[in-house]
Amino acid sequence: MTYFMSCVTSEEERRVRANDRDYNEKFHLDFSFLLIQSNCIMTSKYNIITFLPVNLFEQFQEVANTYFLFLLILQLIPQISSLSWFTTIVPLALVLSITAVKDATDDYFRHKSDNQVNNRQSQVLIRVQWMLTLSFCIYFQADLLLLSSSEPHGLCYIETAELDGETNMKVRQSVSVTSELGDQNNLASFDGEVVCEPPNNKLDRFCGTLYWRDKKYTLTNQNMLLRGCVLRNTEACYGLVIFAGPDTKLMQNSGRTKFKRTSIDRLMNTLVLWIFGFLVCMGVILAVGNAVWEREVGSLFQSYLPWDPPVDNFLFSAFLSFWSYVIILNTVVPISLYVSVEVIRLGHSYFINWDQQMFCSQCNTAAEARTTTLNEELGQVEYIFSDKTGTLTQNIMSFNKCSINGQTYGKYTHTHTLSGRFIRLDFTPFNPLADPNFCFYDDTLLESVKVGDSHTHEFFRLLSLCHTVMRELVYKAQSPDEGALVTAARNFGFVFRSRTPGTITTTEIGRPVTYTLLAILDFNNIRKRMSVIVRNPEGRIRLYCKGADTVLLERLHPCNQELMNITSDHLNEYAADGLRTLALAYRDLSEDEWEAWSESHRCADKATNCREDRLAAAYEEIEQDMMLLGATAIEDKLQEGVPETIAVLSLANIKIWVLTGDKQETAVNIGYSCKMLTDNMTEVFIIRGHTVQSVRQDFRSVSLSAACLSFSPAAHALEADMEMEFVSTACACKAVICCRVTPLQKAQVVELIKKHKKAVTLAIGDGANDVSMIKSAHIGVGISGQEGIQAVLASDYSFSQFRFLQRLLLVHGRWSYLRMCRFLCYFFYKNFAFTMVHFWFGFFCGFSAQTVYDQYFITLYNIVYTSLPVLAMGIFDQDVPDQRSLEYPKLYEPGQLNLLFNKREFFICIAQGIYTSVVLFFVPCAVLSDATQSTGVPLADYQTFAVTTATALVIVVSVQIALDTGFWTVFNHVFVWGSLGSYFTIMFALHSQTLFKIFPNQFHFVGSAQSTLLQPVVWLTIALATAICIVPVLAFRFLKVDLKPQLSDTVRKHTQTQHFGSGREVAKKV
Amino acid sequence: MATSYNAKEEDGHHSGASSHGAAGVVKSKKPDNTAFKQQRLPAWQPILTAGTVLPAFFVIGLIFIPIGIGLYVSSNNIKEFEIDYTGVDISNPCYSCAKNFSWNSTTPCVCSMNFTLEQPFESNVFMYYGLSNFYQNHRRYVKSRDDSQLNGDQSALKNPSKECEPYRTSDGLPIAPCGAIANSLFNDTLELYHIDSNNTRNTIPLVKKGIAWWTDKHVKFRNPGFIKLNKHLCTNKPVNWRKPVYELDPSDPDNNGFINEDFIVWMRTAALPTFRKLYRIIQKKSNTTPTLPSGKYVLEITYNYPVLSFDGRKRMILSTISWMGGKNPFLGIAYITVGSICFFLGVVLLIIHHKYDTRSNSADIPN
Repeated sequence: MTYFMSCVTSEEERRVRANDRDYNEKFHLDFSFLLIQSNCIMTSKYNIITFLPVNLFEQFQEVANTYFLFLLILQLIPQISSLSWFTTIVPLALVLSITAVKDATDDYFRHKSDNQVNNRQSQVLIRVQWMLTLSFCIYFQADLLLLSSSEPHGLCYIETAELDGETNMKVRQSVSVTSELGDQNNLASFDGEVVCEPPNNKLDRFCGTLYWRDKKYTLTNQNMLLRGCVLRNTEACYGLVIFAGPDTKLMQNSGRTKFKRTSIDRLMNTLVLWIFGFLVCMGVILAVGNAVWEREVGSLFQSYLPWDPPVDNFLFSAFLSFWSYVIILNTVVPISLYVSVEVIRLGHSYFINWDQQMFCSQCNTAAEARTTTLNEELGQVEYIFSDKTGTLTQNIMSFNKCSINGQTYGKYTHTHTLSGRFIRLDFTPFNPLADPNFCFYDDTLLESVKVGDSHTHEFFRLLSLCHTVMRELVYKAQSPDEGALVTAARNFGFVFRSRTPGTITTTEIGRPVTYTLLAILDFNNIRKRMSVIVRNPEGRIRLYCKGADTVLLERLHPCNQELMNITSDHLNEYAADGLRTLALAYRDLSEDEWEAWSESHRCADKATNCREDRLAAAYEEIEQDMMLLGATAIEDKLQEGVPETIAVLSLANIKIWVLTGDKQETAVNIGYSCKMLTDNMTEVFIIRGHTVQSVRQDFRSVSLSAACLSFSPAAHALEADMEMEFVSTACACKAVICCRVTPLQKAQVVELIKKHKKAVTLAIGDGANDVSMIKSAHIGVGISGQEGIQAVLASDYSFSQFRFLQRLLLVHGRWSYLRMCRFLCYFFYKNFAFTMVHFWFGFFCGFSAQTVYDQYFITLYNIVYTSLPVLAMGIFDQDVPDQRSLEYPKLYEPGQLNLLFNKREFFICIAQGIYTSVVLFFVPCAVLSDATQSTGVPLADYQTFAVTTATALVIVVSVQIALDTGFWTVFNHVFVWGSLGSYFTIMFALHSQTLFKIFPNQFHFVGSAQSTLLQPVVWLTIALATAICIVPVLAFRFLKVDLKPQLSDTVRKHTQTQHFGSGREVAKKV
Repeated sequence: MATSYNAKEEDGHHSGASSHGAAGVVKSKKPDNTAFKQQRLPAWQPILTAGTVLPAFFVIGLIFIPIGIGLYVSSNNIKEFEIDYTGVDISNPCYSCAKNFSWNSTTPCVCSMNFTLEQPFESNVFMYYGLSNFYQNHRRYVKSRDDSQLNGDQSALKNPSKECEPYRTSDGLPIAPCGAIANSLFNDTLELYHIDSNNTRNTIPLVKKGIAWWTDKHVKFRNPGFIKLNKHLCTNKPVNWRKPVYELDPSDPDNNGFINEDFIVWMRTAALPTFRKLYRIIQKKSNTTPTLPSGKYVLEITYNYPVLSFDGRKRMILSTISWMGGKNPFLGIAYITVGSICFFLGVVLLIIHHKYDTRSNSADIPN
């Protein structure tokens, strides 16, 4: 759980003056301050001094704790006090201290993680307190205005994956006047003033003005470096802090942190309220009884038992009796319930942390339960919202297949090759410059290069020329796709060496060649292609173009028809494999054509208005009549086991939605490759309406099994009046992919499902753009180790591979849910069985709030005699082994349907508890009233009765927990037998003469234990009561398993019979 | 394969284990492979199958039924005689005593009840008094005592616990023994006579010691040590008492004061409003003659203890005893019933199991 400091600013605009510390301080922008406080992420709650008061204050805000404090005060009133004060204070103190220890540990870890985050390095110009210099691969810590950088023209490359999930690099440029500032001394004297918008959450927009030397410069998003971005390909840059800490756009986008509660928590709170109601009812019944008794009997009995002086009539007596009964019956609202639940969850969290099968050895990261209060909710998940980049995929591109002149190469995808049957090509003998990490498995392509096939050569030549990659050999590509393609070309002998603004130098099969670069026709999302025009050493001018197949195939020369058909088939094949495809083409240009186009291009470039459009038109003009070379297929490698995981989760009836900021094609491709979308989902429905009406229309027309919702540019789908349609449509689809969603929209989608479906949701992601959805889902899971740790910090669980999700849900979640439910059932049962005996006794003791048991027994029952066996069950119980829950994902269903603990189950437990209390009171009552010891002394005295009932109770609830426990580890044995042992030991100690001699007024029960438990009649009574309590339960459970077995029963039985032959070995193996 | 593109860097949070070996071995965070941490502890996993549950029912039945029969028989062999001497009816000899009771009267009222034992009582016979509708288990009654005082504590003797109110002090002096329980000590005197064939009354010797718990007599109740229990204690007797505590049994110092057994028995409060307490033991005289031969008897009551005001009842009970205590038919019947039900349930479940069981051919687990 993360608690971000929130700082509410209601400014209309923000003014920041460079190098004016006093002025800026009011925005907390002074860096020394900023580093210490407002830019720090503060997730911890306490320090050493504040811990005790703050923690106690918080704990007494819990209704339950306050209630017990109130009881404690009631007990100090002698007329009311039906129990000694310690019967309440001992459990209360225990509960408070356990919770305090847990809170302290939690906070200690938060302090540790805060320090880690806040100590990320960035250097501050010493004298200029608010300017930062940042170097390569550094995460920005605040929203900065880019002033200058080490690159020419104040350029600066950043990666925004943490913000929007897009992995291609983006360029930011400083305002030209500041880019010339250059070194630090000049920067130190820079005294411009920035006026800009107040803090907001729009990631793609910024407007402001820089006033410097009496001139105005407009500032846009192009000049901004936002927190969460990573500096790439740039040595250093200087920036002016505009927004810091909670004001940054990233933080503004991260959504509010809410305290997460599980549905079991909420149910538990409701039930506790009901129990309160029940308690009050019982109190009222007994108070009425008291009034009647005092009037009819008590008033006459005054010769032997006069009323207390302050009590002069039966009504007042009844009033006091009500409170007395509230005190003795308070154990139906078990004080140790909450703390036991916490302990169990903590145990489950440790099991998650310890799970070797959720440990990723590559990145040395174990799974981590960052929130320890949500475990059982993991067993009830119905919807998973997943990020794409870095979550489903590794975000590593590999050149996988290609089609050259109608010939396809590269038969096998990565997954096939894991088996090791195919030999990886070794490029080194052929090409010393090859990248040793490059994998390709089809030697025919290499042969074709070696033979000197002109198409193949041209294909790779294109790849080595037509790109925007910088540097040599250690390529810095704007997008990982490009990097993969250039690397492929490099391995096949066409090595990109260097570029200058006018030339590109390559090594073609060992021979250095320098091309004159005439023009670069940029890539953008509308054109979906890029081209270069180069003149080769021989003087021939050629345009090389690569781009999306849909766009490029339209612009081919008609003579390509046949080749185009074949290539299209290949492209479809690749796409079906979930590969990212590009088509490649070239066009020869004559000098005249080039001259003519070059002229029009220059015109367009110089135009002041509609420059973009005119450039695009110019590009369009030249990218015609091209000759098709072939196509490439790049695999955005899925993380290991993603399709399998998705398959298993789907079998478990969990619906998986992919929410990504990436573009639709990529998203759909990934949908196919991770088997979310399958071929029998013939048509993928895409909602791309831009107006409210068209979106509505789109929703109504959906009748398909899969939907891909594209949210750009306007998010009409999420508007209030569209909610229902969105939810009903999306939920009818087998698979849902939402693309182009902003971080906040991701959260909105999650909220919608939470609101309308009342289902448990889980969000999984790895980047800062997933933070809001992680926070708003019931459970947030962060993938660690890829895109920084923003997501992990906001998450409840974190691990490093998507595939661990199936284990987290189907094994840990399922067990947690099962254990928690069994725990709660038993817990309520044992407290009702314990407490209701007082109720029945009330009818025989003049409704005087006399307890049945010794006060020490009441104190210790919940915290010593019966706490550990049920805790052991709550922590260790298993119905089926972990492999089975993965083999039979249907075993997950009871959790989703909330079958194991709901109001009905609760009433059954309560009824069983009440039945037990009836038996435990009336059986000893009937037997002992006339019975005598073998010495003739009657057994019907109060102390014998108390010891008999208490012993019977402890034995009955122990037998019951033994019945409930399905997995008897050594701990269960130790705790169950230990509890019984401790009961007898403690009882004999408390009834011993030694203690009595020291405190004769505290230990009234001296000698009762021996004298009672030596009587055979007492044991016969206990055995009788136990049999009457347990036999019906046993019969009922047997019938249930025998006639209507649940899947888990069947699997459990099956597992045992399978292992029957191998006997003891099983226990070790399973 | 890594493309040349320098994919996303980690940001210092996780020290990458994959970082190129040379930089020193990074400590693996891999969790320990222990059975405990991996939740693979060896465990016994019981299942409720027909093979285990049905035999359990039969076994319970087969154990309970004989025990029940044994209990029932031995309970039936016990002789018990009960007589109510409250004096509610005008026909009752104690009627006048009950009606004319006054706390202030100095002369005790004595009444006699005749009764006949149809069968002889063998072995030791235990004599109880029983009270009904007497709430010894009322919370205010139960706590109205001072165990320190009863344990002989000097300071508690002089300054009894507040719990004893309103029987803590009287006339400015502390009450010993204080509290409502002690105050309401049962003080009827019961004497038993056998009318033999000559119509002469033979006193039956009643043993008044050995009727309390050993721990009560020897640990819980102690007389205040060095000071003799006498007037000089500066304590007052409980208001209802006719004589002070040190005169409860002046003849026997070992049965006087706080360790008087009648007093101890009374102080062990009853669990239910109808109860009996051991009063006297009639010891077996010889192996040949029964302790109480069948015939006529007279119970002579010194009627000191009023119960009519709150509709209470007083009884005298004579009973013999077996290994499992006094007469207790309920336990035997309950055992027989429960045992039979178990057996019956076992049969029913067996039939249900055979009739409806689909005998899950374990292979067909739905998936």
